[in-house]
Amino acid sequence: MFDIESVRKNFPILNQQIYGKPLVYLDNAATTQKPQSVIDAITHYYAHDNANVHRGVHALSERATKEYEITRKRIAHFFNARSESEVIFTRGTTEAINLIASSWGSSNIKAGDEVLITHMEHHSNIVPWQMLCERVGATLKVAPINDAGELIMEQFDALLCERTKLVGVVQMSNALGTINPVADIIHKAHAVGAVVVVDGAQAAAHMRVDLQALDADFYVTSAHKMYGPTGIGLLIGKEAILDAMPPYQGGGDMIRMVTFEKTEYNDLPYKFEAGTPNIAGTIGFGKAIEYIESIGFEAIEKREKELLAYATAQAEAFDGLRQIGTAREKACVLSFVLAGVHPHDLGTIVDREGVAIRAGHHCAMPVMQFFNVPATARASFSIYNTEAEVDTLFAALKKAQAIFA
Amino acid sequence: MFELRDLYQQVIVDHNKSPRNFGKLEPFNHEADGYNPLCGDKLHIYLQVSDEGLIEGVSFEGEGCAISVASASLMTDAIKGTPVADFEQRFEAFQHMVTSDLAEEPDLDTLGKLAVLSGVREFPSRIKCASLCWHTLKSAVEDSHHVAKTE
Repeated sequence: MFDIESVRKNFPILNQQIYGKPLVYLDNAATTQKPQSVIDAITHYYAHDNANVHRGVHALSERATKEYEITRKRIAHFFNARSESEVIFTRGTTEAINLIASSWGSSNIKAGDEVLITHMEHHSNIVPWQMLCERVGATLKVAPINDAGELIMEQFDALLCERTKLVGVVQMSNALGTINPVADIIHKAHAVGAVVVVDGAQAAAHMRVDLQALDADFYVTSAHKMYGPTGIGLLIGKEAILDAMPPYQGGGDMIRMVTFEKTEYNDLPYKFEAGTPNIAGTIGFGKAIEYIESIGFEAIEKREKELLAYATAQAEAFDGLRQIGTAREKACVLSFVLAGVHPHDLGTIVDREGVAIRAGHHCAMPVMQFFNVPATARASFSIYNTEAEVDTLFAALKKAQAIFA
Repeated sequence: MFELRDLYQQVIVDHNKSPRNFGKLEPFNHEADGYNPLCGDKLHIYLQVSDEGLIEGVSFEGEGCAISVASASLMTDAIKGTPVADFEQRFEAFQHMVTSDLAEEPDLDTLGKLAVLSGVREFPSRIKCASLCWHTLKSAVEDSHHVAKTE
């Protein structure tokens, strides 16, 4: 049974006032807030267990290593990876994609090859592929979207061909909320021999991800959009693919044997984890996953659907509001523009009512270009948001309209 | 407490709704682009300076928030008909006003109507909205051919 009051109590940050008004945090697509259990786990690690991992024989190092590796196991289980050696910790989604582009891309993409992405990718799933294509003389292809902000599958199919070596697709769009049919995309991409990178940054906190069922070659996400800390994320890749890839960065932990003549690299996943990792962040990530599991995706999806439906109904009835992103399959994101009020002014005005939303291009400028808007205002929801908070948002929008009337 | 109306004063709302000197200037002999990559505000400034060094005309095109549009509108109004030699001082005075301490009263002698924008000091993330047009005009005056940013 989902109890909103007890969920809200898990997030200490929510209990505060902004300019004398209760905080209404609706910027969850940018980053989610952290439950007490995550905050406590990080504090506990630094207060009791802090040591470097995989190095010391002393008690603290053994404790730190154990916690770090338990988290890897927990994450492998959470995403249903084949084994924990497929789970590589990175700084986040961006670093994970750069790792793939740099390591897999450089050894597998040649001049004349194509990389296929979608028009709704955010910059971190565009720019690394652009850089790679420029470097090796490959071509970046972009599958278009329709006015609802949905991928046009017929055109995706038409662009997918034997030259396509890699497909990069966002599972849930941060700017539009669109949920893409990634299982179908992966199936089709594999039929032409392409590997698929699924960007799960926005999705992983909101829907169950079963990587074996999806058969994704690479899956990337960030902890901080899943109630975990910033600066930690992951790449989960198929072992056979990861094994064949050259290392991304060189340094400690990724080696087995170093001489000046030659270095022998470590096994997976350590081959891709050079240097001292973000140990506290990883442990916090594990606690965040435990938190999500304690609520369960069934309850999360049901609750977030209710909330989005409630907000969407108000948006549709709101004079002068144009929704940006009306996909049939969408979640958690209400992106919009308001006639006569620029999104940045809106952001400032609702902030004074205690409401935190995002105003801008959401690191997805091509999406803005498609809808011919310079920016949008975006309210994005999470499990701790309430209908009353949605009401506060719309009351604040009315206030903004009044200022510019 | 600082109120929203201190930022969105009626003058600003009015200039946003019907910006002065909006559109392409004919003729012009200086121009520059301004861009704020953080929020996507884009601005193009046209400037006509006479042989005697007088700003005969100035106009702008582009899109942005109310603060950015109103600031460009107010700036072009204030600067038209003044000697280009005075621009640097105006620029500095405006920069000082939007970044100064809240307690400091704006210099009304130099700034005149522009003082309505002093409210942005209370909203640090919005200072750039007000100053982008000034940086762009500076580029136009100096013919720097660089896209002006607020950094």
